Amino acid sequence: MTLSVSNLKQGYGNNIVLNDLSFDIGMGEVVSILGPNGSGKSTLIKTICNIMKPKGGNISVDGVDVTRIRRNDFAKLVAYVPQSTTVFGYNSIYDTVLAGRRPYMQWSYSQSDIEMAADAMRRMHIDHLHDRYLSDVSGGQKQRAHIARALVQDSSYLVLDEPTSALDLKHQIETLTILRELTSSGDKSAIVAVHDLNLALNYSDRVIVLKDSRIYADGRPEDVITAKMIQDVYNVNAAICSDESGTFIHPYGTIGAGNVDYMN
Amino acid sequence: MLERLRRATEACDTTYGEKSPEYSFIQGQKKRLLFILLLIVSTFFGACLAVSLGAVDVPLLDTIKILLNQVFFDVFGEPSESYYTRIIIDLRLPRVVLCILAGASLGMAGAVMQGLLRNPLVSPFTLGVSTAASFGAALAIVFGTTMLGNLYYESYELLGASITLDDVLKTASAFVFGLFSISLILLLTRNREMSRSTVILSGVIISYIFQAGLMFLKYVSDDSQLRDITMWMMGGLSGITWNNIMLILPIVIICAIYLMKVAIDVNMLSSGDEIASNLGIDVTKLRNRGLIVSTLMTTICIAFTGTIGFVGLMAPHLCRMIIGNDSRYLFPASAFLGSFILMVSDVASRLIMRPSELPIGIIMYIIGGIFFIWLVFGKKLGGKE
Repeated sequence: MTLSVSNLKQGYGNNIVLNDLSFDIGMGEVVSILGPNGSGKSTLIKTICNIMKPKGGNISVDGVDVTRIRRNDFAKLVAYVPQSTTVFGYNSIYDTVLAGRRPYMQWSYSQSDIEMAADAMRRMHIDHLHDRYLSDVSGGQKQRAHIARALVQDSSYLVLDEPTSALDLKHQIETLTILRELTSSGDKSAIVAVHDLNLALNYSDRVIVLKDSRIYADGRPEDVITAKMIQDVYNVNAAICSDESGTFIHPYGTIGAGNVDYMN
Repeated sequence: MLERLRRATEACDTTYGEKSPEYSFIQGQKKRLLFILLLIVSTFFGACLAVSLGAVDVPLLDTIKILLNQVFFDVFGEPSESYYTRIIIDLRLPRVVLCILAGASLGMAGAVMQGLLRNPLVSPFTLGVSTAASFGAALAIVFGTTMLGNLYYESYELLGASITLDDVLKTASAFVFGLFSISLILLLTRNREMSRSTVILSGVIISYIFQAGLMFLKYVSDDSQLRDITMWMMGGLSGITWNNIMLILPIVIICAIYLMKVAIDVNMLSSGDEIASNLGIDVTKLRNRGLIVSTLMTTICIAFTGTIGFVGLMAPHLCRMIIGNDSRYLFPASAFLGSFILMVSDVASRLIMRPSELPIGIIMYIIGGIFFIWLVFGKKLGGKE
């Protein structure tokens, strides 16, 4: 299965945020979308998830334009986890996670749906919170509930908008490890918008960097995440360091007006 | 549903440990169903009490005898007074049935509107639907006789029921204006994040506009029309006939069936439009259709009962606090609790000043006002933005 983005143009009113983007994503990949604030990461994520209709170009799955796929069928292809959500009502974590089974059921949940939701909660370490209201748990726990909901949705593509933004370090690593495990079987892919370059470097199979409405770079993380890229895209000086634990990025100062150099 | 519950409980007991989430979830579903069952039983016994109490108290035993005789063809013998049958069957029973239908409609419509607009302060009353429907019905009262003359009171046979043109016009006019108000709300809040305050403010504005319309209608109406409108606006269930019930019942049942069918989709909206859309829901279609159907079931009842506020706010809130947000349980629970609240209020309205009767609207405004203050200041709004 291949998700293709072809000559995508997207924006808000006259403000074009994405222009002429093209790439394909196959199966078995964790693809990180990188870029500074306002570079269009969330817009791209929402367009891939068919929440926003493209202003130009198209997005297709195996050659079929996503706008032509029935909503219920599309839900089985792409699962979406937004950056943040507002919660209404007394919705338990269990109910929230179970909602992921909606594309597969008519009116009532089957026993296997109930078990799948419980397994996903255990996987995301929120099973002890199953009967708590979503409005009563922390931001990180809420985020994990939505990731569990996306896991239960059992879609071919998991599309997550900054899924680690509210998570502590341990849960950031665990969440990205889960995504790697899910994609390792080769029948799923994850598309993740992230800000943390170290996470992108260590947990992605591929990185797409956005700058000035276009793709700046697309390739393997070790090839794309370089000191030059960080300078060009983020206006930050950084060193790519390696030790026995692996490779990591050490930012040490900003470039341009109001620059800060932590090395001096 | 009960069979499913039995099978689920058996599977639950044997398959899952008592501390597992699965066990707890299935037990929770069982509790939700039991709560609905409790409300049904309460509504039934409340109805028996409501038909026996009033200006003339009919003994409960006679009441049950009369009701059972209707079903089992007089096998339970005559009541102690022969006129009891007429009081119960012709006067009080249609009133109690209307109470059940109106309470259920307002309760369910409140739950549906709150779920669709993701706003716990929303109800047919706070959105201005009730006021708009009142204006529509008052318009029919004032101009119906003027424009149609005696034809306005003509009755027609429809599927065995005798329906008068004034009932049909009043209902249709209430629905059209109710729908108009809900469309205005959607229009005013389109293309922007619908915050609680924006929606409620829109409802308040619409209410004021239709209040102005109502005042104008009162101003131009003659003495008898003015009294009709005033009494009707205070809310009242007297004077209802079986023919009226025959008009209301099928519409309320069809609307309720439709809303129950989409209840699972309304659940998906609780985490936001984007997630619902990603789960396969056509959010715009669901919202528009759900609001139209809930407006229809509300306005058809309001056309006969007059303005009854706050049931649509109270019932869903109390139910949501007890059984949570799952609309598949919340909708029927809100409907039965709405019926129960309205029935108790109706009995109170008949007993407080008997043998005369207090308009039910007055009682509902007092109870509802206190409840609304408690909601806002007690922060029992059932959700966070």
